[in-house]
Amino acid sequence: MNPTLQTLAVTLGILFTLLHVAAVLIWVERRLLALLQDRLGPNRAGPLGLFIIVADVIKIFTKEDWIPPFADRPLYVIAPAIILLTALVGFTIVPVGPGMVVLDLNIGILFFLAFSSLGIYSTVLAGWASNSKYALIGGLRMAAQMFSYEVFMGLSLMGVVILAGSLNLSEIVEAQRGMWFVLPQFLGFVIFLLAGLAETHRLPFDLPEAESELVAGFHTEYSSMKFGIFFVGEYIGLTLIAAMIVTLFFGGWLGPAWIPAPLVFCFKTFAFILFFILMRAAIPRPRFDQMLSWGWKYLLPLALINLIATGALVLIRAD
Amino acid sequence: MEGTQYWPFLVYVGAVLVVIVGQLLLSHLLGERHRDRVTGEPYESGIAPTGSARLRFSIKFFLIAILFVIFDLELVFIFAWAIAIHELGWTGFWGAMVFTAILAVGLIYEWRMGSLDWISRRSPAPRETAVRPAP
Repeated sequence: MNPTLQTLAVTLGILFTLLHVAAVLIWVERRLLALLQDRLGPNRAGPLGLFIIVADVIKIFTKEDWIPPFADRPLYVIAPAIILLTALVGFTIVPVGPGMVVLDLNIGILFFLAFSSLGIYSTVLAGWASNSKYALIGGLRMAAQMFSYEVFMGLSLMGVVILAGSLNLSEIVEAQRGMWFVLPQFLGFVIFLLAGLAETHRLPFDLPEAESELVAGFHTEYSSMKFGIFFVGEYIGLTLIAAMIVTLFFGGWLGPAWIPAPLVFCFKTFAFILFFILMRAAIPRPRFDQMLSWGWKYLLPLALINLIATGALVLIRAD
Repeated sequence: MEGTQYWPFLVYVGAVLVVIVGQLLLSHLLGERHRDRVTGEPYESGIAPTGSARLRFSIKFFLIAILFVIFDLELVFIFAWAIAIHELGWTGFWGAMVFTAILAVGLIYEWRMGSLDWISRRSPAPRETAVRPAP
């Protein structure tokens, strides 16, 4: 096949898959949570309730697209667009197979960190522009949470960078042919997992939108597809974190030779998404101040110790 | 890999923008419109809102942001060390250790000063002295 056409197919294929994963996750999450909580979940529309996705999409598009008269209109409209944009663009550096990547950057990890932190503008702007008290508190909480967990998110990945000697994600995957980095970097993996969950404000770290305290937090005043975009953006952010965990710690697309590499990658990523949903069902939400001080007091020093130990061990081995 | 291709990235971002703008436009066109007595009021769980939402908020949020700026800037230097660890060898390692030690001292100082606690231990929160209505 023509290499240009092939690249184009991969590029649009990744985008197409991502958007559909986000839609299907609505159903997967509801069914799985129901299973874990000993109830049925959506099971009426279509086989296994799968058509609930179609019903949801139709419903959300025909709801009133209400822009509050007291809101800051331009910011209010831009805010949901930012979360989807940053989550989707952050995915461009993830290699789904050998050579199958939209943008093969040599600073891949930095690109990912940059875009995952740009996502904060979405929630903070949404909270501010809504001009509603619950939304404001949600936006502020998101800012503080992101600030606290962003600090050691990058730090927890530097152990992997030391081992692989590169910031390029394809090279990091290749460096894991002998052993997945989750074994030498288990501490880094756990810290990155927690920081990733906090960044995507997923349960149990969904303090910016804690329903029982803040109604819906930063998207209290949002309706229609603007609200829907926040949800899709959250699911894609979750997929991005799962994909990054797989790429950095679980050998990316490396697997048995008889399974196509992208399938291996999708399988591993999906396993992590299911794990995140399980976490949502299993762990209660921490208190806000507990969560912040936990990050600064324990996870940040742990990430530093992990980095220094990794550096020392690598240098001792090289001698 | 030399000669990274950038055009797929531009195509991707273009497609993403089309999807986002399309979704926003479609919902704007399809959605119903109505006006009611309290449609234009912020949602506060059914209670009539009082005052604006441009409130003063806790200084702690600001403090966390300052801490973030300080620590994140310092950590960027560690990124540079991590990528060049083999070239820098033990000299670079001890350099990074000194740097990390300074960072750790800063963190311990913040911890001792109580900046990492939402409720400060040094200045106890004022006791609630509000007069309760008689039962």
